[in-house]
Amino acid sequence: MTHPTPLMLARYADGGRGLDDAALWSIEVHLDACGNCREGLVAHVTPATADLLDRVAVSLDRTMATSPPPARQHSQAQAVSRRWLAWTLLPWLAVTVAVLGCGVLLNFAEPSLPSLVLLLAPVAPLPGVAVVWSRRSNPVWELIATTPAAGLAMVLRRTFAVLVVVLPALLAAGVSTGTSLALSLLPCLAFTAAALVLGAFIGVRRAAVGLGAAWSTAVLVPSVAAQSLSPVLQPDSTAVWAVITVALAASTVPAAPHFHRLTSGN
Amino acid sequence: MRAVSSAETAPTLHPFLVHAEELRVRAGRHLAVDGLDLALKAGVHGVLGPNGAGKTTLMRALSTVIKPAGGSLTLLGTRVDGRADLREVRRGLGYLPQQFGFYPRFTVREFVEYMAWLKEMPKTAIPDAVQRAIDRVGLTAKADTRMKALSGGMLRRAGIAQAIVNDPELLLLDEPTVGLDPEQRLTFRDLLRDLGTHSCVLVSTHLIEDVVAACTDVILMHEGRLLFQSTPDDLIARGGQGDAGDSPAERGYSAILRQHRSNA
Repeated sequence: MTHPTPLMLARYADGGRGLDDAALWSIEVHLDACGNCREGLVAHVTPATADLLDRVAVSLDRTMATSPPPARQHSQAQAVSRRWLAWTLLPWLAVTVAVLGCGVLLNFAEPSLPSLVLLLAPVAPLPGVAVVWSRRSNPVWELIATTPAAGLAMVLRRTFAVLVVVLPALLAAGVSTGTSLALSLLPCLAFTAAALVLGAFIGVRRAAVGLGAAWSTAVLVPSVAAQSLSPVLQPDSTAVWAVITVALAASTVPAAPHFHRLTSGN
Repeated sequence: MRAVSSAETAPTLHPFLVHAEELRVRAGRHLAVDGLDLALKAGVHGVLGPNGAGKTTLMRALSTVIKPAGGSLTLLGTRVDGRADLREVRRGLGYLPQQFGFYPRFTVREFVEYMAWLKEMPKTAIPDAVQRAIDRVGLTAKADTRMKALSGGMLRRAGIAQAIVNDPELLLLDEPTVGLDPEQRLTFRDLLRDLGTHSCVLVSTHLIEDVVAACTDVILMHEGRLLFQSTPDDLIARGGQGDAGDSPAERGYSAILRQHRSNA
């Protein structure tokens, strides 16, 4: 790029007299990119321009002194504590973990009861899952539902956050009572996936409530009443649970369009 | 040589930013928008109408919150009434709902930042865009105040800030002037005029004065249908001396409604 001559710079500094528009613009564009020429321009600055620059600098300083300071950058730990989900889920997860803990204690106190950890494992994630995609628990749902981030990816991310707490709790409960880990973790995952797949059609909250009620009436209560573990939780049904889990998890993907909108059933 | 996909040959400019034909939208079981035809270009469009005219339901359909029950709805050149992916349209949307929920623990800045993140703005652009949006609604001094400590008018302005943070092509504001004092309403009108130069702004309101002062276009709805769409001057011209109202625009409004009711 050709640098403007000192004479042209002098004319430019003087307001552009004697230069046509095209020359003026090309000097301006060049000055934007070229530090040397900007320094050259300083030598030609007229008193009026210098005065204007001074005034701008002084008023800028004054505004900067009175206006609020720039926002602080938040650290990663603060970012988590500012997440809505972290605060809303906390009570639900606390209850889930407490109920599992009670199950473990009851099994120790009353060994004749069937393993409560196995019986509670499928319904353990449901309270948390009901909250992840719900109109009721989130005051900002109407805004979130109009953002591009809303959809299956958001639901899965939040469900993952629920499982991060529930699965280790189940693991700890299972290890302490000596029950089969596969039979406590697989039904938990299967019911989580089922709540999402069913939730695509009738709403996740309704699906979670329905599944929880169905499991309680069909398996949990009869098992406790009869003091013997239901056949669906015997060791030979592990393979069936694994197949169901994989099938349900895979069918969340074709259900994705149903999560574009946060429907009134949620 | 290669095949040219239909996406490449599709027009990049669309005649209307909002185009609804025979649009029907349910609010609960009731058909609140019933056979609405609407075509909007860039500018500020004021939506007027009596209570229950379907203004809020229309806004919720345009914001992609609820799926239309029938008819066709095209936003920013994309059909949004079927199972189509809404991501691209939603990136160009800004929405202030009538019932504006918020997180009481968040500061204004955190809230607008969170919304900007959900709108999938580039991470590096968010802090500047958030500051600009907060400045534009005049909340600079309250940017780091928790939202539970804000007054109703300030909350409304925080809501407007989150709506405009992504410089939306289609901005939907449902009752934005509720709780604003007269001076703030004047500032807000300036902001509206500014926003309307490049994007399509829809303002639903009961305040006819706001529409006349700041809108390029008036839309009058009644029982889920479009009754009148023209300029504010046209609305004023409809009013006669005998019509109810304290200003020429209010007289025009009541004249159109009266005429419609006597025809029905």
